[in-house]
Amino acid sequence: MADTVVGASPDPHVPGDDPNRRDFIHIAAGVAAVGLVGGLAWPFLDQMNPAGDTLAMASIEFDLGKVAAGQQVVVKWRGKPLFVRNRTPKEIEEAIKADHADLRDPQTDEERHKPGKANWLILIGTCTHLGCVPTFGGGEYGGWFCPCHGSVYDTSGRIRKGPAPKNLMVPDYAFLSDTKVKIG
Amino acid sequence: MSGHSTYEPKTGFERWMDTRLPVIRLAYDTVVTFPTPKNLNYWYTFGGILALMLGIQIVTGIVLAMHYVPHVDFAFNSVQRIMRDVNYGWLIRNIHANGASMFFLAVYVHMFRGLYYGSYKAPREVLWILGCVIYLLMIITAFMGYVLPWGQMSFHGAVVITNLIGAIPIVGPSITTWLWGGFAVDDPTLNRFFSLHYLLPFMIAGVVGLHIWALHVPGNNNPTGVDVKSAEDTVPFHPYYTVKDGFAISIFLLMFAVFVFYMPDALGDAVNYVPANPLVTPPHIVPEWYLLPFYAILRAVPDKLMGVILMFGAIASLFVLPWLDTSKVRSMRYRPTVRLYFFIFVFVCIVLGFCGAKPPDNPVLGHSPSGLILLDADINSIVWLSRICALYYFAYFWVITPLMGLTETPLAVPESISSPVLSHPAITPVGAVASPEKRG
Repeated sequence: MADTVVGASPDPHVPGDDPNRRDFIHIAAGVAAVGLVGGLAWPFLDQMNPAGDTLAMASIEFDLGKVAAGQQVVVKWRGKPLFVRNRTPKEIEEAIKADHADLRDPQTDEERHKPGKANWLILIGTCTHLGCVPTFGGGEYGGWFCPCHGSVYDTSGRIRKGPAPKNLMVPDYAFLSDTKVKIG
Repeated sequence: MSGHSTYEPKTGFERWMDTRLPVIRLAYDTVVTFPTPKNLNYWYTFGGILALMLGIQIVTGIVLAMHYVPHVDFAFNSVQRIMRDVNYGWLIRNIHANGASMFFLAVYVHMFRGLYYGSYKAPREVLWILGCVIYLLMIITAFMGYVLPWGQMSFHGAVVITNLIGAIPIVGPSITTWLWGGFAVDDPTLNRFFSLHYLLPFMIAGVVGLHIWALHVPGNNNPTGVDVKSAEDTVPFHPYYTVKDGFAISIFLLMFAVFVFYMPDALGDAVNYVPANPLVTPPHIVPEWYLLPFYAILRAVPDKLMGVILMFGAIASLFVLPWLDTSKVRSMRYRPTVRLYFFIFVFVCIVLGFCGAKPPDNPVLGHSPSGLILLDADINSIVWLSRICALYYFAYFWVITPLMGLTETPLAVPESISSPVLSHPAITPVGAVASPEKRG
């Protein structure tokens, strides 16, 4: 058999001659590699989310007795300033009056404080535009004014003017007693 | 143009190396014999200056990292310790901090040069895009580096910029929390910014390698924008451009040294010498000068999401520029009309930078507003100046550039790089046409 013509009768046992088998191995290996990388990608992405201890520090208790009427205390909560404001009757009245004004982020004053505690306004003190800390007593609505890009909030912390899209956020909080709140 | 290597290993070691890892050949072909257009002017020296600046930033940065402490309680003081107590710390930090500004100064000249001489056009689109990637990485690196001293401007700059991402609908807030590693810019944020600030320059170095590779395939563009036609259009890189670049680098370093030694804080903000306080925002927040034009665009838009989109769009426009330009003529030397629009564009970028530094409601002319309110702001205000300039910025890329290529009448483009010289009346114009051989 020295004169065998090459290619005359293909040997069915030569590996790699069956394209389907070869493709299967390629695809299977590829899928396994992508699956492995994909599976490992999640831990490497998720490690950047808040860690356990960061989450554990996420709630605080605060004694309202320190805040006189018409005063505001700034507390640090989750790395951000928290405004605890003891509103005067005049401020509350102005806030209620503005309930039906043309609001960008419509909310009544009622929805922004706990029932029967209209004088206690607790807000996250970061401007909803780009996170600067607004100062109280600026702007024409008697509330807060953000020095960065000029957003103006009213006495209920609702956005009235400027680039911010939302009202100052009200955090989750509960009254533990008449003078104590738990925030977070 | 890349052609065959003319490197001949001379010593036994070079021959031994050349058959194993031909790095000496690569270096020789890249910086010694590389055929470079003979008409490159000083605007073309900024590539070399940038490579040097990257090196300076990496070396000084590695040294500073040996003394810096990335923790909210110690970061500010560790930087002050570097300035006061670490031997020559003041020098190294002043070089690094001012080096960032010099790096951006050089990159802006480099980019405007590319725009003027049409260096982004075929066959250099990939080269241009890689440059845009480097620029984007530079912005991210510089932003993170500015956060590290943990002063008031560092902190609140980080707050404002990371909050931009929160403007993305639905997923924005989750991404922001993910970036922060908490519920505000805090210790985890500072730590990861430090890690990334160390990493990104090496990524930049990698992309710079690709950028130079992509440069050496078609070869340099040149002020005429005409392709190299023959060997007589080029000179070897060494000594012609090593010396020219070297001279430009020397002058540039002199200017750099003036900042480092005589006015190290001139380009920074005094507020950053106040330690970060998350409960009080400084009355006027501004980024470093090299990012002011984008900041002005951001503030020009009354809607938060649109502002963010336009700010990133300003950079994205650079990426697609090769496909927006319809003109066959590369260099603006032969495009007198477009050249005029280009100079207005440069001016507008500078005005945007000026706007970014000022509070938005400030009057532009005189000391008081005009009293004429258009939409939401006074006509005589920084906001409106920013809006007009931002409009021109985008119009330049998306309207002027595509239209002018179709409507303008360019001047006659020379036959080759050498022909304007050889066909000069003073020289006998004996058929000084380019040789027929094409680029290899």
